[in-house]
Amino acid sequence: MDILQLIVSGLANGCVYGLIALGFVLIYKATEAVNFAQGDFMMLGAFITLGFTNTDYIGLPFWISVILAIGLMGILGYLLDLVVLRRMFGQSQVAMVILTIALGFVIRFIAGAIWGHEPQALESPIAGVDVRFGGLVLGMDEVVIIVVTVILTILLYLFFIRTKLGVAMQAASQNQLAAYYMGIPVKRIHSLIWALAGIVAAIAGILFASKGTIDPTAGLLGIKAFAAAVIGGFGSLPGALLGGLVVGLIEPFAARYLPAGYSQIAPYLLLVVMLIVRPHGILSQIQTKKV
Amino acid sequence: MSTNGTNPLLKVDNLESYYGPIMAIRGVSLEVNQGQIVTVLGANGAGKTTLLKTISGVMDPEKGTVSLSGSAIQGSSPDSIVNQGMVHVPEGREIFPILSVEDNLKMGAYTRTNRAEVASDLKLVYEYFPILEERRSQEAGTLSGGQQQMLAIGRGLMAKPRIMLLDEPSLGLSPLLIKEIFTIIRRLNREQNVTMMLVEQNAKVALDVAHYGYVLELGRIVMSGEAGKLQQSKDVQEFYLGVQQETQRGQRRWKQRKTWR
Repeated sequence: MDILQLIVSGLANGCVYGLIALGFVLIYKATEAVNFAQGDFMMLGAFITLGFTNTDYIGLPFWISVILAIGLMGILGYLLDLVVLRRMFGQSQVAMVILTIALGFVIRFIAGAIWGHEPQALESPIAGVDVRFGGLVLGMDEVVIIVVTVILTILLYLFFIRTKLGVAMQAASQNQLAAYYMGIPVKRIHSLIWALAGIVAAIAGILFASKGTIDPTAGLLGIKAFAAAVIGGFGSLPGALLGGLVVGLIEPFAARYLPAGYSQIAPYLLLVVMLIVRPHGILSQIQTKKV
Repeated sequence: MSTNGTNPLLKVDNLESYYGPIMAIRGVSLEVNQGQIVTVLGANGAGKTTLLKTISGVMDPEKGTVSLSGSAIQGSSPDSIVNQGMVHVPEGREIFPILSVEDNLKMGAYTRTNRAEVASDLKLVYEYFPILEERRSQEAGTLSGGQQQMLAIGRGLMAKPRIMLLDEPSLGLSPLLIKEIFTIIRRLNREQNVTMMLVEQNAKVALDVAHYGYVLELGRIVMSGEAGKLQQSKDVQEFYLGVQQETQRGQRRWKQRKTWR
């Protein structure tokens, strides 16, 4: 029973990491840039929901706030690409890295200026409720996180496989030049991918805030999610989720069975081992071009 | 090119384009008439690919005009040019490696909205390239080079183009496959009335299939004429077809000069 609870809480954490990692990979695959502000996107999504729903602020019903936050983060992602990042088209990777790191700082301070730097709890209907399966006591938040992640994964999968836009997104990320030749509007697709990354980040943020408090530095979690994305295989969407789950699972077990402090090191230790043993990650999509 | 009263489908006038400070296309003018296959021959670095990229909107020209059935398209984005009926089949296939063959073909029709027409064109492509139908659900990256070239041409056809720009379809293929691909190119031109602008290094096959030809050197057109006449031309034979000229002394002259210099 003890182990089962560790697994469930690990999976729940892992789902949040996995969703942030998914955002990293979405943007990386499409635009070959890494968005280091992805964790801060998550934090912002959480704070927007909190701002709408908490009685200290606006006090809207929870579900309306969720929809508003997801919509706003989607629009924010789209506009960010349209207004800021598109101007960096053709610049070096380093420029993009520095820009997104700076973007993370900006988001963090804006969130601090609006909502303060103290940790706050989201007034979520799923926080603090227990569910019992026989003798097993699980947090409602953990169960919901896992269920929502599974549903979101299935929806994203269907979107990328079944819809014309989804296939075009894959096409543009596999061969940008050819997509351009075929008349696929690559720039608009990039903006839409940023919107999608914003939406996924908002969902991750809401889930994350449902199981604890958030403050403007919560986005630093993104570094762990980045490690998860690399472990899973940077460039593979299922890999990102899998990497997130692995990192999520390793933490509670390291905390339980290893001396204090090792649980913080464990994900990065795993990252180092992975880079040595299997540098492309667990699920990698490496394709060589034939002439 | 001979003016036969009708307006050319594609007319390029005094086109110049640059890679940064380097001038790659130095004032090229050419015409492609409806229903023709026109070839542009040239060695490596002559500017063939750049010319096609500038025409299809992937690169913007510095000067000059490109007009497609009378309306100027230079500087437009590739998606609007594809919409107006011009498709560019790029050099080196450039397929989508992890998508299935069928998804690759469907992406060729991205700008089209009529599903029934797209489905019937998909059938048409499978008629011309039966191997693609056989491998429809396979990842395109696992196809052989020749099959990938067929896929690239088929994907171009899916845009239902009035004119197709083909960039070196013979690249890296065996002579047998080149023959097969060019037979299909000729059939598409005759049966589907697709006008083609064909850029090639392989002058022999290109002149065999084309109606009219241009020779591009260092970004300039240095010679043009009916394909048959170009084949007879001493210079084209010497420099593009590899025919050795006999001199009066019965030896090969190594320092032959081209007459257009």
